[in-house]
Amino acid sequence: MEVCGTHTMCIARSGLAGLLPDELKLISGPGCPVCVTDQSYIDRVLYLALECEPRPIIATYGDMVRVPGGGGSLAEARAVGARVEVVYSADQAVDIALANGDSEVVFLAVGFETTAPGAAMAVLRARDENVTNFSIMTAQKTIPPAMDALLSQDDVRIDGFLCPGHVSVILGWKAYEPIVATYARPCVVAGFDAPQVLAAVEAIVAQLTSGQVEAANVYPSVTPDGNPRAIELLDEVFTASEASWRGLGLIPDSGLELREQLAPFDALNRFDPPDFPSREIPGCRCGDVICGRLAPIECGLFGDRCTPRSPVGPCMVSSEGACAAAYKYGPHERGVQ
Amino acid sequence: MSAAERIQLAHGGGGRLTSELIEQVILPSLGGPQQAGLLTDAALLSVPAERLAMTTDSYVVHPLEFPGGDIGKLAICGTVNDLAMAGARPIAMTMALIIEEGFETALLKRLLESAGRTAALVGVPIVTGDTKVVPRGALDGLMINTAGLGQVVAGADLGFHRAAPGDSIVLSGPLGEHGLAVMARRKGLSLSSDLVSDCAPLSQPAAALVEALGGELHFMRDPTRGGLAAALADLAEGSGHNVEIDEESIPVNPAALAAAEILGLDLLAVANEGKLVAVVSAEAGPEALNVLRKHRIAAQTAEIGRIVESADAAQPPLTEMITRIGGRRIVQMPYGEQLPRIC
Repeated sequence: MEVCGTHTMCIARSGLAGLLPDELKLISGPGCPVCVTDQSYIDRVLYLALECEPRPIIATYGDMVRVPGGGGSLAEARAVGARVEVVYSADQAVDIALANGDSEVVFLAVGFETTAPGAAMAVLRARDENVTNFSIMTAQKTIPPAMDALLSQDDVRIDGFLCPGHVSVILGWKAYEPIVATYARPCVVAGFDAPQVLAAVEAIVAQLTSGQVEAANVYPSVTPDGNPRAIELLDEVFTASEASWRGLGLIPDSGLELREQLAPFDALNRFDPPDFPSREIPGCRCGDVICGRLAPIECGLFGDRCTPRSPVGPCMVSSEGACAAAYKYGPHERGVQ
Repeated sequence: MSAAERIQLAHGGGGRLTSELIEQVILPSLGGPQQAGLLTDAALLSVPAERLAMTTDSYVVHPLEFPGGDIGKLAICGTVNDLAMAGARPIAMTMALIIEEGFETALLKRLLESAGRTAALVGVPIVTGDTKVVPRGALDGLMINTAGLGQVVAGADLGFHRAAPGDSIVLSGPLGEHGLAVMARRKGLSLSSDLVSDCAPLSQPAAALVEALGGELHFMRDPTRGGLAAALADLAEGSGHNVEIDEESIPVNPAALAAAEILGLDLLAVANEGKLVAVVSAEAGPEALNVLRKHRIAAQTAEIGRIVESADAAQPPLTEMITRIGGRRIVQMPYGEQLPRIC
């Protein structure tokens, strides 16, 4: 299983899946931030965007704009007057707050270890520069607990993990050693082009063949222990919490929430949006796709009711989602094991 | 100069202020009477051609000025290029301005001077126009509509229907420079000083191609919004045949590729404003490369693929790319807004 959405895209864009032997299946995992973001999170964002007066500016990465919650998407909300700004970094959201002193600015902190340090720096900057109209709504998640949760499910059969390059730049490739120790599955970190992916797949196959299973790395940018400054930063700003993953449910210690002393920068404290129930989308099998139980084309909605133009589930919305990749770059189907 | 430093609502009212704006700002900026001389609401033209091409386009780019161009230059190039892709040389253009109240007159002059220079370069007069001013907030600064009339070059016979299996597909240079240069400026990203919009008139290389290839030139399109992906999807659908392109043969601007990767965008789907894609008979492929490469803006022209017979007639025609590593993937029509991804 490639854990990361960027790997999913690389595999699809390079046509790699169609070149592999039949016995080798690559499954898209839960590493697409949009895909695993709980619907109730979107609903709370929509509440902030439309129901709070005066309306705050929602600063978000582009992927989130089209993700449907129970009551539509940010794109639809924007059309009826929500203030939505697409940003490329958390830091830009602080700039927006500085430039719009009379408005609240809420940054949607979504993503994994890759984006979390940026969100952390933005919060610290807002604190240090006394930017009082800035807050974040965090759905930050961490990858290793999700891999653990996947393997602990009986009906999920994964022989090895192709581990995410960017996440591992932060964490270091040794971060997967506990998974290897507990579940005896190869974990190999790779970068984001086809030769890298192939090298990792080869390493996984070699480990399985030899029976010598370990955490390993083929991506030169990744060190054994990661980026200590970034890890320190995460620890300074966030604390691990239980998080709700679309498709996987509640996973202990897999989320990042702001530490007590930074609570004023938590949009949940500032706006106190109500809880929205996590509703299942009828017919949507994104949860099974993320766990590798189902190939995108095996979902009853795929390509028919659910397309990139009119997505039903998050795996079709995100440019890195398994379903979007399968739809966009098909027709080589990517089956389950 | 009696025209104010900022455009007022009254400048669009049709009275004395409108006349002043046109006479003192718009016409001189566009290049004077030779380039844009007429105040009449309708221009009278004597047209010798048998076949005419006509097009219109509205320009709403933000920011109004970007590396490599601005809305004025774009408003000329876009319309000239639409004519050029129909195998036509431009005869005359119209230009309608919709200006937001409070717009800086100096900026308006600068943008119209850029339009005037570009029109002069192409050799197309702006024969009539219109000016409206809307209240502040009703639009973001300035919108321009231009229409163009062109004379189809003798011997040109272009259309989807002429693309047939075996034909070569030729692209005049690297992809995505316009879209990425604009997006980088819009978002305040300082990505690379090498990243400049390719915004340019294609009338000369296109006319040269029509003249050199005659009936062997089957189809042309400038891959603007939606990029090459949209142009090829249209080609597949319009011709009823599959399109096959080779990733390795597509010219690449490293700065644009890096920007696309940072933003999570597919270069194939990003807008270009100075590139053309042509479908020519297999025999005419080498000649097409020769002709286009003589033009500076098409110096990197390459043969990037071919029209192929659909293997399964029941399937709708599609575009496939043979990837660098020898895999295959579909190239889809992009949908809607290009959204940068999270990580």
